[in-house]
Amino acid sequence: MGRILAIALWFITVASLWMFLSHRWWFPEAISEHGPRVDSQFAITILVCGIAFAAAQIGLGWTVWKYRDSADKQRATYSHGNNRLEVVWTIVTAVVFISLAVMGQRVWASLHLHAAPANAYRIEVVAQQFDWNFHYPGKDNLLGRTKPEMIDDATNPVGLDEADPNAKDDAQVKTLVVPVNRPVELILGSKDVTHSFWVPQLRFKQDLVPGMAIHVHFTANKVGKYELACAELCGMNHFKMKSYMLVLPENEFNELTALPNDKGQFLTRKDQLLAKYPLPTY
Amino acid sequence: MAEASHDVVHRHEPPKSFIRKYIFSLDHKVIGIQYILLALSAVIVGMIMSVLMRMNLSWPGTHWPIMGTLFPTGAPGGVMSAEFYLSLVTMHGTMMVFFVLTTAPQGGFGNYILPIQIGAEDMAFPFLNMMSFWVTFVGFIVLLLAIFAEGNATVGAWFTKLGASAWAGGSGTVGSIGGWTQYAPLSALGKVAGPGQGAGVTLWIISIAIFCVGSLLGALNFITTLLNMRTRGMSLMRMPLTCWAWFTTAVLALLSFPVLLAGGILLLLDRIAGTSFFIPGGEYVSGALIPNHAGGSPLLWQHLFWFFGHPEVYIAILPGMGATSHILSTFARKPIFGYRAMVFAIFAIGMLGFFVWGHHMFMSGMSPYSAVAFSILTLSIGVPSAIKTFNWIGTLWGAKIRFTTPMLFAIGFVSVFVAGGITGLVLGQTSLDFFFHDTYFVTAHFHLVMGVASIFGMFAATYFWFPKMFGRMMHEGMGKLHFWVTFVGVYAIFIPFHAMGMLGMPRRYSNFSEYEFLKNSHGLVLFVTVAAIVTVTIQLLFYFNFFWSMFKGKKASDNPWEATTLEWTTATPPPHDNFAGVVPTVYHGPYEFSVPGAPRDFIMQTEPEGVEVTAGLGETSGNGGNGHKH
Amino acid sequence: MAATVTNTDRVIDAAIGGGGPRSRGGNGFRKNGGGHHDGDDFRFSPARYRVGVWVAIASIVMLFTALSSAYVVRSASANDWTPLVLPKVLWLSSAFIVVSSITMEISRRSLKAQNNRGYRLWLTNTLMLGIGFVAAQLFAWRQLARQGVYMASNPHSSFFYLFTAAHGLHVLGGILALTYLLLRTRRKTDTVEGELKRVGAADAATVYWHFLDGLWICLFLLLFFWK
Ligand code: HEA
Ligand code: HEA
Ligand code: CUA
Ligand SMILES: [Cu+2]
Repeated sequence: MGRILAIALWFITVASLWMFLSHRWWFPEAISEHGPRVDSQFAITILVCGIAFAAAQIGLGWTVWKYRDSADKQRATYSHGNNRLEVVWTIVTAVVFISLAVMGQRVWASLHLHAAPANAYRIEVVAQQFDWNFHYPGKDNLLGRTKPEMIDDATNPVGLDEADPNAKDDAQVKTLVVPVNRPVELILGSKDVTHSFWVPQLRFKQDLVPGMAIHVHFTANKVGKYELACAELCGMNHFKMKSYMLVLPENEFNELTALPNDKGQFLTRKDQLLAKYPLPTY
Repeated sequence: MAEASHDVVHRHEPPKSFIRKYIFSLDHKVIGIQYILLALSAVIVGMIMSVLMRMNLSWPGTHWPIMGTLFPTGAPGGVMSAEFYLSLVTMHGTMMVFFVLTTAPQGGFGNYILPIQIGAEDMAFPFLNMMSFWVTFVGFIVLLLAIFAEGNATVGAWFTKLGASAWAGGSGTVGSIGGWTQYAPLSALGKVAGPGQGAGVTLWIISIAIFCVGSLLGALNFITTLLNMRTRGMSLMRMPLTCWAWFTTAVLALLSFPVLLAGGILLLLDRIAGTSFFIPGGEYVSGALIPNHAGGSPLLWQHLFWFFGHPEVYIAILPGMGATSHILSTFARKPIFGYRAMVFAIFAIGMLGFFVWGHHMFMSGMSPYSAVAFSILTLSIGVPSAIKTFNWIGTLWGAKIRFTTPMLFAIGFVSVFVAGGITGLVLGQTSLDFFFHDTYFVTAHFHLVMGVASIFGMFAATYFWFPKMFGRMMHEGMGKLHFWVTFVGVYAIFIPFHAMGMLGMPRRYSNFSEYEFLKNSHGLVLFVTVAAIVTVTIQLLFYFNFFWSMFKGKKASDNPWEATTLEWTTATPPPHDNFAGVVPTVYHGPYEFSVPGAPRDFIMQTEPEGVEVTAGLGETSGNGGNGHKH
Repeated sequence: MAATVTNTDRVIDAAIGGGGPRSRGGNGFRKNGGGHHDGDDFRFSPARYRVGVWVAIASIVMLFTALSSAYVVRSASANDWTPLVLPKVLWLSSAFIVVSSITMEISRRSLKAQNNRGYRLWLTNTLMLGIGFVAAQLFAWRQLARQGVYMASNPHSSFFYLFTAAHGLHVLGGILALTYLLLRTRRKTDTVEGELKRVGAADAATVYWHFLDGLWICLFLLLFFWK
């Protein structure tokens, strides 16, 4: 029995490690400035964890193999432990874990403990069951005031207050369009329940909480079209609360955002661009 | 407290009437078994739901005629709807976490074994003990009611009468939609927020509130019993590690459940009394403004829930850890490695557990600075867990292992706990949680630690103490088969979840076909489903073994495992007052195995001083050294 | 009787279990592994009541801590916070419960001093004051309701009703305990153990009652004098 168990443990260990090492199921390619740093931090962590996991499993397997009961055998060794060992492995794991913990804060700090750069392009995101709305400032680069009372799902999903001059040239679209290599600041809010902004390639996730306006920023650095999903349970159609994030070259982006919105030119152009760029191949 | 006067100085006879003996019994042993049976029923519901979930995920849109007839609205034409799936997820999680893993390990085995292991004749407050079970049972019934209130049109109609928004039922789902975490405001708005937001949620909250009260009564009892009713010679450091685990668990429950109760009350008031604790102003839900609610804070709910939620997960696993330590040492025929370190680790885990709840909220919009603090504390909590793991392996080192079924599950526990715990170190890092939060990577993590490790602890405990409880051994052959299939099965189910997580697959999705980036997951999803069906099926063998052995199993001696602790010194099954009126006296630590020179390879705690032992005292870190050193 | 009492005290001192013979595997926290019990009477130790009540208090504290932190968070996040005017009758109820705490202490002392009549008398007074407190609280609710201030009127009123109700329920529990003690005074307890139980129960009830008093003062201050 001991031998079989040992073999089973080792087999499971190998299979589990293979699943990660084979890279058959891996992150989609990163398209943000901080993305690669997330990936490398993960690489380090999974390495440490992998070693620990393997060590623990193999050790466990070894003991059950070696110390299985057998008639000829004497009694088990009578020991209540070893303080020196306890101290050693406590310190080792403490060091390993804490250093992982500290390293694990760097990307977070760079995104969340610093305000958005001055040149960041600001977009307001308003989530709702089960749809995404993006509110663009228009030419004046100023976001118009919004009011819940003004909301009309068909014509004015974010509830723009027409009375506000800044709102005049603002656009409301269902797709997130951002410039490449330029910081973007999102102001995240929700009309109804909690949702979560999730673009795997971006290595970025943030809940949108009703009653809050959460400011986040990132820089996308690869042109293309990416799927945007909702990652917080928000009701029955949570699974298809989908949109796209379109990362455009500087010129195309500027040309788009310069378009007036009164006759919907902005929207038509946006749709053209959306069609122009394919999804990455998975 | 009238009931406390129930325990008297001299041995007392068991009650005669069936009701007082088996239903409203004050005997901790009967109550313990009641808890275990409750868990065994709840887990069936949970498992069936999990299989339905898997079926829907891997074969979306398939017609299952039975489903169609059972849930005409939830699964029209036998095709499970999105909301139906989500209600399955919610109820699956709730059943498993609350009614399986907070009942069996503590209320079940703790209740039965702890008083005997410390040489008491019953719990400190038998009446409270009985209450705690029956209150919990009512909570269970209310949760089942939630299933029918939403799932069955007629039952739903009764509840709708109570108030169309908060109580509306019959939406065809099998309960609330909101996950076991029931985030506000989705859970606070009522019917307007969509199907499964009416009676399902209200009853869910009530059920959990009731459950909190039951658990609190239990915790109160455990703590008092352990502090107060240890028998002669049973000093704290002579207690089996199981008792330490149950004690710490009780402390966790005592301090965390009141917080969930508070949250539940507030949430309920938001739903039925029109208050706004969690509902902010200017809510615009399904095409209309929500009037007369303002100023509430959705994050407040998350804080209250997770302040409870994280300790809860340790409530779920600590008893499993205790049982594992106990069983490993017994069948390794070797004293536990580093008893003192184990005690310290249990406590460290318990206490640290109160300061890491924020790791569930990194992406919630709470202060990013506090996230950093929570993150570092979270990884620190890995240290005591690591200590335990090392000590378990140390216990097996140089052992003389007897591979009984309980031993197999105990070893399985260690393996699976490492596998699941280790990914906690990934999730615990804010920077990595950007990607993994609310993906299947999390699902993988917590199933391995909770859905498997804790459960393995319970399996080990069941096979180990069954003889003491029912006077008969469970069938070893069936047990071993059950172990092997389950052990391989659960790894096959939950390891691939990591891969799905790597692809970025979000949790609580009823269907993955909407997204291109998930299209490579089909193979995985299908593989998992098959593994799940096999694993769940083999549990039938466990149930058969359990009830078959109760009547047909081979008779068990008083100490079939040649173990050392007090429960094995008394009759099998133990008499009504556990020690037939005598007061056991304890002379030894709990794990005196293979003592050199001793006649047998184990020394019962009650055996008077025999040979004096000098071996290994020098390097002792545990209960080996005799007390004078301290 | 006096003999019983000394006996009582000894057993109470020796309350925490797990004393006695030592040998391999000891390592108790306490020097000699805790109190030593003789004969059978260690089976019952009234300390379980006191331990029990402290444990219960710990969890009740957590409940109200959670609610209070909710109160603090909510009052900070709120733009709709309109404080209530303190209903005068709350001064009365507060006075009731403070005094009741004193009378409770007196009754407990009388029991210790073997003065059964005093015990019963002061217990009754405490009970009356307790009931008075609840009545006063209910009256406060009536007053507010008449002014049209209800649970859902605004966050502060929500919390007011919530706190008073939650605390009130615990007071009712206390009242039940007191009633039980009063009934017990009728029954004659001759056994050592019966006497122990009486003392233990009385002690526990007193601790709990003092706690309810303190708790109310905290809530009162939080609700009407915080920031
Ligand atoms: C104890 C906890 C527990 C257990 C045992 C399980 C068991 C299983 N769970 Fe899960 N699950 C959760 C807790 C648990 N689960 C939680 C909390 C969630 C999150 C819910 C949410 O998102 O809100 C979840 C969610 C969840 C999901 C994700 C749904 C989603 O996000 O869309 C899936 C998907 O497949 C899943 C599958 C399974 C499967 C196939 C099993 C099993 O069927 C595997 C086989 C079963 C066993 C091996 C257990 C056998 C146990 C016994 C027979 C009991 C013995 C009892 C005694 C001895 C007293 N579960
Ligand atoms: C029994 C239950 C249980 C246990 C024991 C744990 C243990 C741990 N959990 Fe887990 N957790 C859950 C149940 C549990 N968890 C549940 C149910 C959820 C999801 C809730 C939901 O959203 O539905 C969750 C979610 C969860 C999250 C949130 C993820 C997210 O939603 O984004 C995080 C993040 O930090 C986390 C961390 C940890 C850590 C660090 C531990 C640590 O305690 C683990 C410590 C163990 C080890 C570290 C392994 C053993 C150690 C060694 C082998 C030593 C050698 C190792 C090295 C040298 C590296 N858990
Ligand atoms: Cu929006 Cu999920
Ligand atoms: Cu946690």
